[in-house]
Order: sequence, then C-alpha cells, then structure tokens
Amino acid sequence: MAVYWGAACGGCCVSVLDVHETLLTVIQHADLVFWPIALDTKYADVEAMEDKSIDLTLFNGAVRNSENEHMAHVLRAKSKILVAYGSCAHMGGIPGLANFSTKEELLSRVYDESPSTVNPDKVRPQHEYKVPEGTLEIPNFYEDVCMLDQIVDVDYYLPGCPPQTERLVEVFLAIVSGAQLPPKGSVIGVSERAQCEECTRIKSDNRSVDRFYRPWEIEDDGVSCFIDQGVICMGSATVGGCGVRCVKGNAPCRGCYGPVPGVTDMGAKIMSTIATALNAEDENDIIKAIDSIEDAAGTFYRFSLPASKIRRKIQ
Amino acid sequence: MQEEVKNNNIQTAKAWKPKILAIFCNWCTYTASDLAGVSRLKYPATTRVVRIMCSGRLDPQFILTAFSEGADAILIGGCHPGDCHYATGNYKCLRRFHLIQKYMKQMNIEPERLRLEWISASEGKRLAEVIGEMTETITKLGQSKIKQQVANIEK
Repeated sequence: MAVYWGAACGGCCVSVLDVHETLLTVIQHADLVFWPIALDTKYADVEAMEDKSIDLTLFNGAVRNSENEHMAHVLRAKSKILVAYGSCAHMGGIPGLANFSTKEELLSRVYDESPSTVNPDKVRPQHEYKVPEGTLEIPNFYEDVCMLDQIVDVDYYLPGCPPQTERLVEVFLAIVSGAQLPPKGSVIGVSERAQCEECTRIKSDNRSVDRFYRPWEIEDDGVSCFIDQGVICMGSATVGGCGVRCVKGNAPCRGCYGPVPGVTDMGAKIMSTIATALNAEDENDIIKAIDSIEDAAGTFYRFSLPASKIRRKIQ
Repeated sequence: MQEEVKNNNIQTAKAWKPKILAIFCNWCTYTASDLAGVSRLKYPATTRVVRIMCSGRLDPQFILTAFSEGADAILIGGCHPGDCHYATGNYKCLRRFHLIQKYMKQMNIEPERLRLEWISASEGKRLAEVIGEMTETITKLGQSKIKQQVANIEK
C-alpha cells in the first residue's frame, strides 16, 4: 500500500494516521511501501518497483506542478488500484481555487506585491539554476490546477476534506477481504443522497430570504436550516457520507464531499438553490440581495472549481 | 458572373456566425417564436431553440454546459413578471439570472453573452428584434473562448 500527496495541506495523510490502533490491522494486511509523511522511501525506490506491484495507492492532493504529475504517472503504473483520496484529488479542492488566477498573477503576488516581501531584484523561481556544484532543479509550476483524473486514470474516488477515517477503514477492509468491489470510477464512502437527508435542522417549505449573511454576521438559532437564516450552506448539492459533521457543529456545509449523484456541476446546482431562496421580486431588490453574497464563485466552487464545467477563469 | 456568386457563397459559409442557444418557456416566448414563424418575420439564423415548460425550470447547469460546449451566447426567454403560467417561475429565473451574472463576472465571461428577455406569446416581432440585436452584439464581441480554454489544460 502507498499513500502520496500532491498539492495538499497534509490533512489527508493525517486522516490516514487517524485510524489509530486500526493501523495495526492495516499493516497486518499490507506493507506500507511509500508514504512521504511517515516513511523515508525515495522517489527512485518507487520508480524501481515493478509495475502493478502496489495493491492500493491513496493519492491525495491536486496536481499543480511537474513533480505532482510525474508521481501521478509513476504511481498509476505501479498500482493495481489508484484511489483519488480527498477533495483535492477528487475535484481540485482548495488548491483548485488558484484557477481563479493566472500563474503570473500568483507569482507576482507572492514574489512582488505581498506586504511582507522585499524583492528589489525581482527574483522569481527558476526551473533550473546553475551553481558551481552543478545544476539545481525545482518542479515546474503549472498554469492550471488539475484534479487527479485529468492527469491519469483513476479507479475510485474517496472524497472529503479530509475523508472520514471510518470510511477509509471500511474501504480498506473491503479491498483486503476480497469483497466485491464497486465498478471502476465509483465515488466510494458516500451515501446516495444529499446532506439534507441526514441533517436534523428544520427546513421551511416557503423560503423567504431578504439577503445573505456570512456565518459570523448572524446569531444562529441552532435549529432552523442555514439557508432559511440567510447563510449559504452547500448541503443540498453535496452528497452525504460525512455524517453532516459541519452542521452538527453549527457550521454550514462547505461542500467538500462533492456533488450528489446526477449533478454535473455542484456550484451551478447550489446557485439554483441559493437564488430561489430569495424573496425579492423587483429586479433592483434582487440585484441588491445577490450583491450581499461575498465571493459567490469562490463560495460555490470552494472545493470543485477544476472539476466544474468552466474549470478556470477565462483569460 | 456565376463563378463570382459561387465564391461569395463559399465566403459566406466560411465566415464565423455566432451560435446562440435560446432557452424559451413553453407558454410565452416559445409561442412567440411560433408567431414570428407564421408571420414570416426575418431574423438571423443564429439561434438553436430549446423549449422548457417554464423559465423557472432553468437550471444554471444548462448555461454552464452550453458555454463549455461552445455556445457563444445564451438567450433566455420567459413570460413577463406577473404573467407566469405557474405563478412565480419567472421570478425564480430572474434571481438565478442575476446570480449567474455575478458568477460570470468572476469567471471573466462578458455579461452580454447571457441575456434574459420577457417576451409574451403575442410579441413575435419583439422576439425577432431581440435575436437580431443579440446577433449583432455577439458578432461584435467575437467567438467565445470558453470551450477552447476549458478543453486545454495548460501546464
């Protein structure tokens, strides 16, 4: 078994560690051959393995540079089952929000404009750099952030930011016990219905929202549906599987589990719900109410911009 | 002379014309397009019409899918406010329209590429005008870059 991270925060790897003592069951069934956060296996060691010699690879993180892409290809060749693990590998995730900017905008913000940067010589990272000792190389930074299946063939998707550890254990045990696996390309570890199905908050039949608020702007009553209270909740477009943990913790759903089956663009689907919750009928009132939504595209596509129909800002 | 006509035809065939997806509600705008037809009104052949029962049925996914698959613009047609066959569907459409416009602004898509018009069943002439105007605007704006940029992942 192998676990690898692309453009990720490390949370997915920690969620694998969160299996706690079940880790003993895991290593009873499988040798961990590659896991940068915990083991010192080098890339060259993985490249030297025989093709299809790894039974299961959990690839977390998006593909954002040439190193991520190279390892995606290597691990695809070496693995029998490749799982896109977590929101970033599944849909692009938080790093995918970089598709709202160009590479040049990002580099210029980081290396020139940010208030804490002093860079009078306008130094930028170079792919290759010659030093007396030889040539140093760093990965190429890509213009677009991709999800894993835009780069290589993926067998399964296990979504979440991070995925619930219980779901991982279930999936792992299913694989080692030789149980009947779902068809290739399935999203696993999820239910078939929206978050709302499991949510215990009370939803009104006739929504009537004057304007939208950010969660800190209102005092949540803890009982009624967030959308009824004018807070954007992604629950109705998001598939269940996490146990509505965010809403149980009094925070609106952010959509990390990905779309409900049948939905091709979860941001568009939530736009539909959010817009119709408004009560305004006059065009100017509607425009005013919609203006109260801060960073609409970023909120609706928080985890899924690279997976959406229009996967990046048009230039 | 004949050859000249032939050449002209080839040139016309090659010239780019906008592709406009028109999504019309069954009760008003779609009926208006029928009226425009039977009245023999002329308007540019730039639209592909899809009929939906109510403009309130308009799912934003339709719009994003059309843009990503090469539509240069989208025209939505519904009943005038207050006249919806299902009472409030067109208000729902109007709210979605403005939210999609907000999204489009962030994605750097020109707002002219998505237009909403209330055209009643008797306004066949208005329909022909709107399609004419829109064809002109989109011709000036040029071909949409969305399909090509979505298809090509840049590394």
